[in-house]
Amino acid sequence: MQTVIDAHNVSKVYNPKTIPVYAVNNVHLHLQRGEFTALVGPSGSGKTTLLNLIGGLDKPDNGSIIINGVDITGLSANELIDFRLRNIGFVFQSFNLIPVLTAKENVEFIMQLQKTRRQERENRIKSLFRQIELEDKINVRPSQLSGGQQQRVAVARALASRPQFVLADEPTANLDSKSAANLLDIMTKLNKEENITFLFSTHDQRVIERARRVITLVDGQIANDTARVSTLHEVAGQAG
Amino acid sequence: MWLIRLAWKNIWRNKSRSLITMAAIFFAVILSVVTSSLQDGVFDNLIKNMVSFYSGYMQVHKKGYWDEQILDNSFAASPKMEQETLSGKNITAVSPRLESFALASSVDITKGCLVVGISPEGENKITRLNEKIIAGNYLHEADNGVLLSDGLARRMQLKLYDTIVLIGQGYHGSTAAGKYRIQGILKFGSPELNDKALFMPLALAQDFYGAYNQLTSYVISLNENNLLKTTAEELRLKLGKEYEVMTWEEMMPEVAQHIRTDTASSKIIEAILYLLICFGIFGTLLMMMVERKFEMGMLVAIGMKKHKLAALLLLESIFTVVTGCLLGILVSMPVVIYLNRHPLRMSGDMANIYERFGFEAVFPASTEATHFITQGIIVLLIGFLLSLYPMARVIRLKPVNAMRR
Repeated sequence: MQTVIDAHNVSKVYNPKTIPVYAVNNVHLHLQRGEFTALVGPSGSGKTTLLNLIGGLDKPDNGSIIINGVDITGLSANELIDFRLRNIGFVFQSFNLIPVLTAKENVEFIMQLQKTRRQERENRIKSLFRQIELEDKINVRPSQLSGGQQQRVAVARALASRPQFVLADEPTANLDSKSAANLLDIMTKLNKEENITFLFSTHDQRVIERARRVITLVDGQIANDTARVSTLHEVAGQAG
Repeated sequence: MWLIRLAWKNIWRNKSRSLITMAAIFFAVILSVVTSSLQDGVFDNLIKNMVSFYSGYMQVHKKGYWDEQILDNSFAASPKMEQETLSGKNITAVSPRLESFALASSVDITKGCLVVGISPEGENKITRLNEKIIAGNYLHEADNGVLLSDGLARRMQLKLYDTIVLIGQGYHGSTAAGKYRIQGILKFGSPELNDKALFMPLALAQDFYGAYNQLTSYVISLNENNLLKTTAEELRLKLGKEYEVMTWEEMMPEVAQHIRTDTASSKIIEAILYLLICFGIFGTLLMMMVERKFEMGMLVAIGMKKHKLAALLLLESIFTVVTGCLLGILVSMPVVIYLNRHPLRMSGDMANIYERFGFEAVFPASTEATHFITQGIIVLLIGFLLSLYPMARVIRLKPVNAMRR
């Protein structure tokens, strides 16, 4: 198995000079290619901070984060942007598609930043929209899509650059049950069929049920790290 | 290319905000173009009136004449010099003059008067003297008659076809004396000129003063007042140190000063207009930065380089400014052309004052392209400079902070 994320002794402290708050405290985390992992924990446990550190959006005060063999803590801000573009896909809680672009253009945007050739872009877009089952909404603006559909486009955008892994911060938080289930079906399918690595921060039981590995953070530290052969969702499906 | 398309689309994501900004720029451009065109038109008209009144745009004298205006400071007329002067690029007409003073008398009234010997045809090209005739006929080169200003005629109690006697000091101390028939009465706006001017053909004046072939000045008319200084400089070089070339600004410093003062005050008005444009654009940029802070953080997070994001914002500002500016220029063009063809007309006391000085109280707008170009460039520069603010903010942007709700 190929290690995609290798975080060693990672800490992030806020207000270090006044009242230090350890948002992430001495965390060790290894993620293999193809993992479907949920990062859970109560509010303020450090899930989003850890996700930001792994995603290169923030710098740790201590430790190293090696992604695909590169220690991203040593990269400059500009190098980090380029690294994120080529290696990490992001899915945000509130979709965050560019409102003036169509669904297709939102996905294409990432590939344009990567300077991907037009034909390759077209092929990739077709394939992604087939995977997210939104081929009929390709030329529609985000405002004309439901929340679930927008989040599916956001997943397609995250995958457009062929990243090493996808970081999803509470991706189902703003979705109704049906949309959330649909989104999770697609993500699970992508994980199984294309071996795409997903790391979620979530409170959502539906996401936790689908995860093969659940890491619980409490006060910035890993309190529990459980891997499953079958997900709860699969078990429930078999029982049903 | 996709960045340009995205910038254009972004402008229209908040239509009313963009339209308000464009409208602010649009009206400011119209206002500043029309103001500056009108102001330049007024000054052009004023200058044209002033110089065609008497002085011309420039005059050539013998060195020292302007400080001591006596016949002994005259110079010999030279057709070659006249041709050389006329060959200047911006020069449209040259006319010789012999000017001095004399005592005018009729029956028992004696008054001092300004005797001006002119080339009737040449003078007309510069000062349109024939248009000032209110009685009688204009002069011809070979005439023996004179044109008397209306005020002087009244003070002397003289009428058309009466005889006027002139006596004065001629060239090199000789005595000048003669009697002449009044063949025309002139009406000048300027009381000073209207009360003392007497015109006669150049040859007659030279004969009267015994200053044969002598001139006190060449009066010059120009095509472009903007090139006044350059044209004067070229002529100075051409004619050498023996002659003094004086511009109307040097001969009438009070008029030049008035124009400078008025220009300065209108520059302040323009500056206030630009300040309003600045506030309009800056307000929009601030609102846009607040509204799109999260989105900008997200764009940097997913891999958009900051310089590209800054370029996107710059393009958005430039599109907004250029659109408002171009529309403003396009609309101001017919307005300025209309104000040129149908000049503003003054009425009431102000008009009377203008007309008393022989000026038409009309203010045609100047249609020079420089007004449109200058205003366009200034507004564009304002837009560009203000865009540096969001660009600077983007360069310092931290995606984690920007995406914090």
